Amino acid sequence: MKRRNFVKKTVLSSMATIIGADIVFGSIMPKGYLPLVLQQDPYKMFDKDNGMEVLNDKPWNIEAKAHLLDDKITPNRYMFIRNNGLIPSSIDASKWTLTINGESVKQQKTYSLEELKSKFKQYTYQLTLECGGNGRSEFDPPAKGNQWTVGAVSCAEWTGVRLRDILEDVGITDDAVYIGYHAADTHLSGDPKKEPISRGVPIAKALQEETLLAFKMNGKDIPLAHGYPLRLVAGGWPASASGKWVNRISIRDKVHDGTKMTGTAYRVPCESVAPGDKVKDEDMCIIESMPVKSLITYPKSGAMINKGKKLNIRGHAWAGELEVTKMEYSIDFGATWKECPLEKPLNRLAWHHFSASIDFPKKGYYEVWARATDSNGISQPMVLPGWNPKGYLNNACHRIAVKVK
Amino acid sequence: MDKQTQFRQQVKTVYRFLLVVFAMVGLITVVGIYLIADPSLSAFKKTTPEPEYITTIEEDEDKIENGVHVRTGLIDAEGLMTVVNNCTNCHSSKLVIQNRMNRERWIATIRWMQETQNLWDLGGNEEIIVNYLVTNYPPNKKGRREVLTDIEWYELQD
Repeated sequence: MKRRNFVKKTVLSSMATIIGADIVFGSIMPKGYLPLVLQQDPYKMFDKDNGMEVLNDKPWNIEAKAHLLDDKITPNRYMFIRNNGLIPSSIDASKWTLTINGESVKQQKTYSLEELKSKFKQYTYQLTLECGGNGRSEFDPPAKGNQWTVGAVSCAEWTGVRLRDILEDVGITDDAVYIGYHAADTHLSGDPKKEPISRGVPIAKALQEETLLAFKMNGKDIPLAHGYPLRLVAGGWPASASGKWVNRISIRDKVHDGTKMTGTAYRVPCESVAPGDKVKDEDMCIIESMPVKSLITYPKSGAMINKGKKLNIRGHAWAGELEVTKMEYSIDFGATWKECPLEKPLNRLAWHHFSASIDFPKKGYYEVWARATDSNGISQPMVLPGWNPKGYLNNACHRIAVKVK
Repeated sequence: MDKQTQFRQQVKTVYRFLLVVFAMVGLITVVGIYLIADPSLSAFKKTTPEPEYITTIEEDEDKIENGVHVRTGLIDAEGLMTVVNNCTNCHSSKLVIQNRMNRERWIATIRWMQETQNLWDLGGNEEIIVNYLVTNYPPNKKGRREVLTDIEWYELQD
């Protein structure tokens, strides 16, 4: 055992020397990432907080917990990771290119990363990205896939160029319907002919001001696990529409038919079904804007306070393409609701912030439930929303447990 | 820092780097030559702890602790190794453990993997695998909303 440690240490330190000498990798990879073979600690590898929950290690899927998402802008260490395939192993940003092709371009065009940065104006937006399957763990009958609880959501600050500006430069034809991204990750089976995921959005969403091809997250190069060096970011939609490690975007004259666009992936029944019902593929519709939702990020569930003390709570609320117009909380399981102040974000598609100061009438066990309402007057349900075979779109009210002594 | 010290430090860095490279090359050469001469590592078998270490690893591979297969976290039950050998090559066992399905849906999941994910024909193993999964990972009733469980109580200071 001792000998093994010694060997490990020696190899690690000599590798560190080599990596240190290699500027290309040294500058982008978080410390401890490269010696993958020797070390599989995801917290070090991806620079994540130890409180994050690893749901899957092949492919890597890691989620936050409600209380870790307290920051107004989510830092990398609390940002969930959702992968469908294997993270690209060697990336040279200086050789990275983005190709725009497809049935609906006037001519195919390829840009280097440098060209994208210098040729087009850069914009920064805070954008909410939530996994379509966030909350899946609550569905009954259970749905297949990673059993996300509440933590597959983030709102970081993304910097990049507008996809719209690039498409204007390329020239697209009137029959453009959809865009589909293609990326550098590899399929779990290792089959180079298979793409782990290749999704997209309708052309109207692609042309929105906030739809970016981003190269920075929170002011720095995007971390490898989140799409370095180039990521499509379409806020407010299932995060799977925001392709990581993007190297090609196809402008399609039909709904994009890449991997995880068809069948039941990221789709819900077009008409609601009873829990457990079978639904034919052709009766499943693509998820677009995510539904209204909120999270209490402070305090952490399980807080005990003395009677007479106020409980200050805070959190975030978001509503896909829409705005959140009302935020309420209840301490009596929905019998009564109190409205609380809501702070608007800097830009569209970012999450709002709420806070409240709560008085408890008596000692005892309480739950604080939070409920957001969107600009169409739609609120979060207290029970699970409509069951669907893949367990998407669970926006049921979030709650925390509190004891007053 | 004057140029000379800077240069000296650069030389030192290069020197250290080369040292490591040479050391590794040297190590590989020595081990390589040794392996050619003695591929079975017979000279080490009784005199050094190395073979012990190798056997430990082999034993660890499929160790069971508290009814759980340590390496994968799967429940130790009939069919375990068939599941380990067929279901943890492409994806993590964590994906299996997280999920709860009935027979029909576990089979549907296998079909989906065969149609789209390059999963091979499981032959007679399919029955063993599905039996293992429905016995050890069946659906659990949750209703429309579950009671909050596993609450870690703490005094809130402010």
